[in-house]
Amino acid sequence: MTGTNGSYVQVNENLKTFKVSRQAFVDPAVTEAEYAEIFDKCWLYLGHESELEKPHDFLTRKVAKRNILFTRDADGEFQAFLNTCPHRGASVCRERNGNAKSFQCMYHGWVFGNDGGLKHLPGEESYPEGFRENGSGNLTPVAHLDSCAGFWFVCFDPNAPSLDDYLGDAKPYIELVSLHSKHGMEIVGGTQEYAIRSNWKLLTENSVDGYHAESTHATYMDYLLNVNGGLIKQPLEGREFDLGNGHAVLEYKAPWGRPIAQWVPMWGEEVQAELEIVKAELVERLGEDRAERIAHYNRNLLIFPNLVINDIMAITVRTYYPDAPDYMNVNAWALAPRQEVDWAREYRLFNFLEFLGPGGFATPDDVEAMEKCQIGYQNLKEAGWNDISKGMGRAEPSYDDEAQMRAFWTEWQSRIDRAAAVGLAA
Amino acid sequence: MTFQITRDEAEDFIFAEADMLDDWELEDWLALFVDDAVYNVPSTDLDKSAQAANNLFYIADDRGRLEERVTRLKKKTAHAEFPRSKTRHLISNVRVRETDADSATVTTAFATFRSKDGITDTYIGSTRYKLVRPNGTLKIAEKWCFLDMDGLRPQGRISILL
Repeated sequence: MTGTNGSYVQVNENLKTFKVSRQAFVDPAVTEAEYAEIFDKCWLYLGHESELEKPHDFLTRKVAKRNILFTRDADGEFQAFLNTCPHRGASVCRERNGNAKSFQCMYHGWVFGNDGGLKHLPGEESYPEGFRENGSGNLTPVAHLDSCAGFWFVCFDPNAPSLDDYLGDAKPYIELVSLHSKHGMEIVGGTQEYAIRSNWKLLTENSVDGYHAESTHATYMDYLLNVNGGLIKQPLEGREFDLGNGHAVLEYKAPWGRPIAQWVPMWGEEVQAELEIVKAELVERLGEDRAERIAHYNRNLLIFPNLVINDIMAITVRTYYPDAPDYMNVNAWALAPRQEVDWAREYRLFNFLEFLGPGGFATPDDVEAMEKCQIGYQNLKEAGWNDISKGMGRAEPSYDDEAQMRAFWTEWQSRIDRAAAVGLAA
Repeated sequence: MTFQITRDEAEDFIFAEADMLDDWELEDWLALFVDDAVYNVPSTDLDKSAQAANNLFYIADDRGRLEERVTRLKKKTAHAEFPRSKTRHLISNVRVRETDADSATVTTAFATFRSKDGITDTYIGSTRYKLVRPNGTLKIAEKWCFLDMDGLRPQGRISILL
């Protein structure tokens, strides 16, 4: 179901309503259009610099249905290739990660350097002279690879804007989350890889939804209340910002502990004294304003279309892709300051798995909510529209309004309109 | 004198534990654990030697968090398990691996099925127990569940107790 002008998003400025068609969550043609106009064209998160610490480190990862081989070559330069042999197509690297100067395709034995170059060609005498050197046998690099504050992105569109232009006003927020430590940031061991039987856009909404916390996560709040000193007297309060290009952020204060650097009584007096030292270092290095934001403000950051960096009671870096309109695969990592002291690292990871993890006290209920939305959309012939109007018309939307989702949907619609122009979606 | 336990006794104990979970007798299940017990489920890409203090796990419960997990599961607001799912824990390959003065390491293989809303998900893996016998009663000091899966796909969550 689409509106009168064929659009999946219907905005009424007079009534202050913002409606999204549930067809956008169920229609395979929409998913196809999303791959063509969003995932094939936007800058997408690949990995964090800390995952490839030294020359010859590599990892393999799926990004927008492609298999990517992400490497550091002998000079330490970051490189990204399509993980497929130019000869007959087999994956040239079949491991998750490791350290290797070269990769040998298991099928016919072609060998590639971690700079993508074809290094060895069995039976070379049967090929025309110069075949190995002419580049046609090299691994195919991604169209664009660039980084911002340690976060590496790829883009498959040769005509894409620069990463700088794409991130725009979201860039300072990515930089802020990279500044928690003077030693830099790192991904901690242990990836949370899971699936949700719902449309991927439900997770985009859920990841920046300040409105659902009290009801969906009632048991998590109960848990922190039950644990002696799990919370301080700090009401949830803050703002949300449309950062342009579909990016958005919530920035708010909350009652839970942040290992950098909001103390809660359950951590004890010794930790309180240490956190004051951490805060003082932040002030000295970054100034009062940024130090205060890092220490006492939470940020749920959405980089359009599917990168979430939530700097809350821990930091999650999360990305997700649809396999089908009603099924997505999610990868989530914990980001943490390098050289973090043991107690802080431990509290951080426990905070993560309690709230952000699929075995915790909150995420299973998010999964339940998203899957029940997807089931609800089976009724779309009679009940066809979602309401995303909360806070419309407010000059300063609150952290629990829905301006951030409207930012996403506005960008989404403009890209899907382009797909419609080439006949991909209604 | 080392800790004495037969495979029969270990099996009876672990089978009874499985029934408690499937019958939703969560308080009885909790009573199987000693006061400083741990219940861990590491992320699927970690080595078996990984520790929760410096690696991201799916579940890393001390006794306090374990009690809160049970308290939570009994609430209507534990949405993922309300209405609650049906589960069946199948336990096999029970082996007493080693014993020391006051504990035994027992390993099992498991396949746990969770059904809800017309969908049945399977969790496959192995469990490593550290069993102790304070005051003559067999108890769990540690329960480590290692999933033999490439992540939680399609399961999406571990809202049940494994």
